[in-house]
Amino acid sequence: MIEPEISTIKPEPADKSKIWKIWKVAIILGLVTAAEFYVALQFPESWKSFKIFLFIGMTFVKAGYIVAEFMHLAHEQKSLMWTILIPTVFVVWLLGALFIQADAIYQAIYF
Amino acid sequence: MANQATLSSSNKDLWAGGTEPFKASYGKLMMWFFLISDAFTFSAFLIAYGVIRFRHPGYEGSLSDFSFSQSYWPVPEKVFEAFPFFHGVELPLVFVGLMTFILILSSVTMVLAVEAGHRMDRQAVEKWMIWTIFGGLVFLGCQAWEWSHFIHGTDAGSKLLDGSMIYGANLQLNQYGPPDFAAFFFFITGFHGFHVFSGVALNFLIFYQATVGILERRGHYEMVEKVGLYWHFVDLVWVFVFTFFYLV
Repeated sequence: MIEPEISTIKPEPADKSKIWKIWKVAIILGLVTAAEFYVALQFPESWKSFKIFLFIGMTFVKAGYIVAEFMHLAHEQKSLMWTILIPTVFVVWLLGALFIQADAIYQAIYF
Repeated sequence: MANQATLSSSNKDLWAGGTEPFKASYGKLMMWFFLISDAFTFSAFLIAYGVIRFRHPGYEGSLSDFSFSQSYWPVPEKVFEAFPFFHGVELPLVFVGLMTFILILSSVTMVLAVEAGHRMDRQAVEKWMIWTIFGGLVFLGCQAWEWSHFIHGTDAGSKLLDGSMIYGANLQLNQYGPPDFAAFFFFITGFHGFHVFSGVALNFLIFYQATVGILERRGHYEMVEKVGLYWHFVDLVWVFVFTFFYLV
């Protein structure tokens, strides 16, 4: 049986600059998401490929901040960082291979 | 001889588990490796979505004339435009946007919990963990509403190729577009939602352990960090789902 106890450990005081850094990343993530909305709803329909390019770019900006700062990967050992990042190259390979396949299926069905 | 002795003793140290590869603890490293494999699973889902989408014709006309049809892939911002209590009002992507903000915020409170854990500040860990759990639960609630709306469909519905009407969606047919569209919606957001659910469960476990003092007696709050990695990953996946399912 675990009984709740009164803590005897005195916590260290918070470092204001560290907390501010966390909120700064949060504000950047919020602003990028807001920008995505602006692009989705305000940019003309005819700019379709440019919009998709912007969306993917902004997604990677957000993913970068989450992985580097929130998940702390940028501050780990460089070897750990590359161990995590390099295998994602295989995703690009899968993407390339399957999209070529998808186009072939589309051509076969509709042309 | 001296050289050999040094070698064998250092080898023994390495194999006895005295060292930490990458200067990361066992638990953190294994969490990273799990997340990499999970990232592959989600990539496979999203790429499969892209493949199936490209093998269907896209909608060519202008957005204002858009109507649901089985013969082309729907435009996401025309599908996801409902908001609770605003029945019949067109609010494209507003609800998913809100969900995105909620998940990002709960990621922020998780970082703050990790930061409090580094300082051995039990009360702050409890406070930020509660906010993180709350954010996760709100997100799950939003997703439940979104699914319910998607399944029940709009008032207008749409016409199937055989002329009959369909309202909402199931795994065979849906009013929004080709059958695969709803199947992918259920699979991708459902798989992500299940991750959020298990994340909330893990967060609650850590909150409980912090509250009853288990983590404090252990001398460190590394469990908060490990579960935090998982929670940020759930947020990260949502960033990609948001872009590739809802925006593009």
